[in-house]
Amino acid sequence: MSRNPISEQEVSLLLNDVLERYGYDFTEYAPASINRRVNHLYHADRFPSFAEYRYRIISDPAYALRFVEEITVNVTEMFRDPSFYQALRTEVLPVLATYPFIRIWHAGCSTGEEVYSFAILLKEAKLLHKAVIYATDINAGVLEKGRKGMFRLSQMQQYSRNYMESGGREDFSAYYTANYEYAKFREDLGEKIIFSPHNLVTDGSFNEFQLIICRNVLIYFNKTLQDRVLTLFSDSLEQLGFLALGSKETLNFTSVTRKFKQLENREKIWRKVQL
Amino acid sequence: MTTAPYLIVIGGSAGGLQPILTLLPGLTASIQAAILIVLHRQSHYESVLTELLSARSVLPVKEAAEKEPLLPGTVYIAPADYHLLIEADHTFALDDSEKVNFSRPSIDVTFTSAAMAYGSNMTALLLSGANTDGSEGLMDVHEAGGTTAVQDPATADVDYMPRQAIQLAPIDIILQPQEMAAFINGMAGV
Repeated sequence: MSRNPISEQEVSLLLNDVLERYGYDFTEYAPASINRRVNHLYHADRFPSFAEYRYRIISDPAYALRFVEEITVNVTEMFRDPSFYQALRTEVLPVLATYPFIRIWHAGCSTGEEVYSFAILLKEAKLLHKAVIYATDINAGVLEKGRKGMFRLSQMQQYSRNYMESGGREDFSAYYTANYEYAKFREDLGEKIIFSPHNLVTDGSFNEFQLIICRNVLIYFNKTLQDRVLTLFSDSLEQLGFLALGSKETLNFTSVTRKFKQLENREKIWRKVQL
Repeated sequence: MTTAPYLIVIGGSAGGLQPILTLLPGLTASIQAAILIVLHRQSHYESVLTELLSARSVLPVKEAAEKEPLLPGTVYIAPADYHLLIEADHTFALDDSEKVNFSRPSIDVTFTSAAMAYGSNMTALLLSGANTDGSEGLMDVHEAGGTTAVQDPATADVDYMPRQAIQLAPIDIILQPQEMAAFINGMAGV
């Protein structure tokens, strides 16, 4: 097909190359999305043939890094799904408030818009001072953006609307200063966020948390990898810790179902009830 | 469980709901195809849409969930705010990457993905709308050997989208809304 010249078998070849040469493992990702993105990059970078595409990936580590960063999805927004953030405010934060020290893991955080959103929730609940948020992603490029805490100013109107729909009562624009086309978020929001690389496919647990947020990451994994990552999350949560997923993701029919109980508000937040 | 051997994908934007409401009651319960509807809309009306379409159909209507197999005789709705893809093993996959044609779900993305998974065993039907979404997907469906159909622009609330498709892509048949149910039943081997 003209717009998808690279077949699923050829995509598998590339993913094997990237695994063997560079150690990035995409072989357990769900194929449809990754096929689409591999084809998309092939067009965008104007390769004349599959052979040249493959040769470039094998022989040029800088290009291979671009390949890795481009085939993973890094679209995100602040306060995405406002009702989810409302549930965090009303159901989760009051529980977290009872701990002397709060550890949160935001896995697959991309450029950090949702991490800053959660930092704002913690700030407003007067919990940020005793919290630390580990924000991780496989992609070093997006983490660097997250560290800067600068997001497009053109998005702020939408984000402000999301913030208010999530139950925010402050003046949203007080959280950032406009700087040309960027909004730079306040230093005190970023102080408790540690941006760090972590690969959910190959890396293990690194702490015990009271809350793990991982939204719209599992949809890109196949069933086997989903189960393995959910076990990693389960093992990294304290008893009665919370696990928050994307609005179309679920623990139903997974290997950890029995260990968790969903909150009674239809939001995708579960509580670990069994060690 | 055996997945649907045939797939009908219906894409619509502004004015696309009306022909869907017209065709749904005409689909027969014994249909062997899975029906998938990709409709541009605000994410807020999610559950309302499923209820609205359910009330018009003898077939079960549900939102497509990730990893779910496509079953015959079921009407699936693409969830708002995600692209909907189809895996080679005939299960759904969700993707929250960039909007395409200012849309997520994008009709092009689903048409193209369905064409790769179902090849000649699918039909794509494009309805009323105000943007160019769908045309490229129809080209891919055609190249993969599938059937391409478009709502008659004269009957569309907003004729831009079907008109674009007729100009850009090879279209097998142009349909009036009241002809669509019989056409789909026919394609699905009823």
